[in-house]
Amino acid sequence: MGRKVLLEHINEAGIQGYDVYRSKGGYASVEKALKTMAPDAIVEEVKKSGLRGRGGAGFPTGMKWSFLAKPEGVPRYLVCNADESEPGTFKDRYLMEHIPHLLIEGMITSSFALGANTSYIYIRGEYFYLVRILEKAIAEAYANGWLGKNILGTDYSLDLYVHPGAGAYICGEETALIESLEGKRGNPRIKPPFPAIAGLYGCPTVVNNVETIAAVVPVVNMGGDEYAKIGLGRSAGTKLISASGHIKKPGVYEIEMGITVEEFIYSDEYCGGILNDKKLKAVVAGGSSVPVLPADLILKTANGEPRLMTYESLADGGFATGTMLGSGGFIVMDESTSIVQNLHTFARFYHHESCGQCSPCREGTGWMEKILHKILDGHGTLEDIDLLWDIQRKIEGNTICPLGDAAAWPVASAIRHFRSEFEDFVKNPTAHREVKYYFHCNNLDTAASYSSL
Amino acid sequence: MQLENDMAKVTIDGIQIEVPDGTTILNAARMIGPDVAPPTMCYYSKLKTSGGYCRTCLVEVTKGSEKDPRPMPKLVASCRTTVMDGMEVSNNTSAKVKDARAGVVEFLLLNHPLDCPVCDQAGECHLQDLGYEHGNYKTRTDFERRTFDKIDIGDKVQLHMTRCILCYRCVKTAEQITDGRVHGVINRGDHAEISTYVAQAIDNDFSGNVIDVCPVGALTDKTFRFKSRVWFTKPVDAHRSCDTCSGKVVLWYQGEEVLRVTGRKDEWGEVEEFICNTCRFDKKKTSDWTIEGPRKINRHSVIAANHYTNLVKPKEFKLNEIKQITE
Amino acid sequence: MTDTTDIKFSDESMALINNLIKRYPEGKHKSALLPVLHIAQAEFDGWLSVPVMDKVADILNIQPIEVYEVASFYSMYNLKPVGKCLIEVCRTSSCWLRGANDIVAHIEKRLGIKDGETTADGKFTLKTVECLGSCGTAPMLQIGEQFYENLTLEKVDELINNPQLVAKHSTYLDHTTFRKN
Repeated sequence: MGRKVLLEHINEAGIQGYDVYRSKGGYASVEKALKTMAPDAIVEEVKKSGLRGRGGAGFPTGMKWSFLAKPEGVPRYLVCNADESEPGTFKDRYLMEHIPHLLIEGMITSSFALGANTSYIYIRGEYFYLVRILEKAIAEAYANGWLGKNILGTDYSLDLYVHPGAGAYICGEETALIESLEGKRGNPRIKPPFPAIAGLYGCPTVVNNVETIAAVVPVVNMGGDEYAKIGLGRSAGTKLISASGHIKKPGVYEIEMGITVEEFIYSDEYCGGILNDKKLKAVVAGGSSVPVLPADLILKTANGEPRLMTYESLADGGFATGTMLGSGGFIVMDESTSIVQNLHTFARFYHHESCGQCSPCREGTGWMEKILHKILDGHGTLEDIDLLWDIQRKIEGNTICPLGDAAAWPVASAIRHFRSEFEDFVKNPTAHREVKYYFHCNNLDTAASYSSL
Repeated sequence: MQLENDMAKVTIDGIQIEVPDGTTILNAARMIGPDVAPPTMCYYSKLKTSGGYCRTCLVEVTKGSEKDPRPMPKLVASCRTTVMDGMEVSNNTSAKVKDARAGVVEFLLLNHPLDCPVCDQAGECHLQDLGYEHGNYKTRTDFERRTFDKIDIGDKVQLHMTRCILCYRCVKTAEQITDGRVHGVINRGDHAEISTYVAQAIDNDFSGNVIDVCPVGALTDKTFRFKSRVWFTKPVDAHRSCDTCSGKVVLWYQGEEVLRVTGRKDEWGEVEEFICNTCRFDKKKTSDWTIEGPRKINRHSVIAANHYTNLVKPKEFKLNEIKQITE
Repeated sequence: MTDTTDIKFSDESMALINNLIKRYPEGKHKSALLPVLHIAQAEFDGWLSVPVMDKVADILNIQPIEVYEVASFYSMYNLKPVGKCLIEVCRTSSCWLRGANDIVAHIEKRLGIKDGETTADGKFTLKTVECLGSCGTAPMLQIGEQFYENLTLEKVDELINNPQLVAKHSTYLDHTTFRKN
């Protein structure tokens, strides 16, 4: 069994509520931080822990915190990014639903470390039922003196609010999130300045993912050095993995980084193997944005080493033969899956979610979706595959924010690793459409299924 | 010494220039000259926070600075990236830039109607120039293009959203030089459009400036609509004393008739000063103005085609000569 | 600005709105726009008409265009009337892998409407949406704040036959969602 530091008590009855959470050692990190540590010392511990951003980019959290500007007399903000919208990712939802106080505790400890007296949790609007849960937990935290004025009798005060979004993947990008929190369209800002200098209301701001903030709790409790011992090398700590697709046991798993991908997919402790014992075809390991890898490359690196669930191992081989840990959205596809059709759902997603500010993303995402739709419709040509390749190439790296890259990478990797399947689809679309891919709910005729594409 | 500290040396396409700290790569390039300056579709020096959207001015930073010589990993928008001392930039000399820019042109034209033959902006359209200079000669899409209905926003300005490239200039103009913005960008992604949402006139003293800042034919002057092609008109600098604006304009003549009035545009296609609606729409008689003389037009512009000094008529070819050339 | 005299938020909603505005610093009340639009949508039949949006602009003391820009950006705001029960079906990768297209097709067949349409009796609207973060329990759909997961066609039938779902407009929140500051 791998070590668990976030979900250790998840099966405890009543852990959602304050009393049980507190009885299991909850809010200890706040006591320790406020009573025995200086804010800068907490930042140091987070640096030592090797904790990296759990939202997808994997940037070292301690370093991000140390960039925060601290001009006199200007408020600073901590904003929690709970806009979890990356397809395949539902770990933050799981954490907030089942152990909301962990996030609130992390927010208090982190806000104290950063010197923020007002903090926000920006949660995607579709998670409104979680707003209810978080609001209740926050009310409990206020009632028990963990929030509000002079927490634990110190001179530190903090107000914590939940702010719902309204349906926009792009608001997971930190500057778009800030714009949205200011009541505007979720258009990413052009950087610099970075939020650490000028973020929410033009003030220095740190934006961190839910899981990152929750991980600050064990970091402070056990100390940075101890936390750094968990995991493997620069992939310190545990990671919540959202497992979905064709597996026997979909769900959220806290893994100690360093286990093999093979163990994660096939062991009963985690995914439990492929649904109906079919063969594994491909995996999207870190949310829809990261490159899809075929079975052989996800299980072993190009050098034949076992692929591990770490930032480094998943990235081994670059984009030619590797991928990314990303947000930990682990989507498994069995041998029956059409890579082309799955890619179409991704392309449609990015088209739908592009904010429209910059031209390569605004126009390119729609163009790619149309071409994929054309291929699925049976009107694709071999040139269309090359065109798709060229379009993604011209989007990647040329946009204001990473959504352009996120839209480009799935297309690039699908063609890179499964080009023959695209060619096959173009040459014989009927066979692909009608025989192979519609039997999950088999009481419908395939033609009806296809019409809803 | 103080002065030296406040300056940065930057090299663009092999040409070095010293510019004040905080200057953008784009403006440094413009200081060197038009051959080096990257093209722009959304940046507008008179509008704060403009730029960054269209991505036509992307350049390659091959050396970050003297202190940190590492190249920047991605192409950067030159209009929103400031220079560092010792920075080296490739614009026209970078194959990566040319490739990316051709891509941007293709993206901008993907849903553009290419209705130049019936567009009032033709001849002074930045997208036309951009496509000509940086684009490919043929299209790779046969999908139906996005279209919108034409909308009158007030009795003087028409919005033809189908042509819009979403540069945000008109929105920033409304925000920064008029009181009370009533139009903006609604919807998102490739459904985004410039709109007032509910049918509404944009009605204030400076609203006409959205016509001048629009790089394409999305916002056009209804009082000039279909009256002439711009290259058949003759631009003349003129001024009048005006309580609202500087009164410095360009009158566009056809024969004795003033067909339209615009602000004076500099070599980057930006107005020198914003003008008021009275000057733009209501003063169309020569007697309203003090004439200064012909407007200097860049000789490369199609507008310069029919007039001005040192005109050299092209050689007239005979039919067999044309055949020889084309074969 | 349109005539907004007919647009009246309930006292409860106004209290909630004023409570939310206080969550943001002085002068930054525009921050409350997204939650206030949610409240408005819940109060006025599940969609945002122009007068309702103008009323929101009035309450937050901002220009109406600022509201239109925002309301049209986010996918959860409906700018046209919707049926009492708004069914939002996820169809992105993980849900697609688990048969989301069949769910959509089934609902279309059962209700006789296509994606984006409302039944003639005004009871149901079908809207396909992108990933709702329910990939491990795919396929899924959302009605109001409620997620319905691990769907089968039988479960979908049960939902459609449930009279409670069309008794009043589905909403993402109510007056008990937020705590009092």
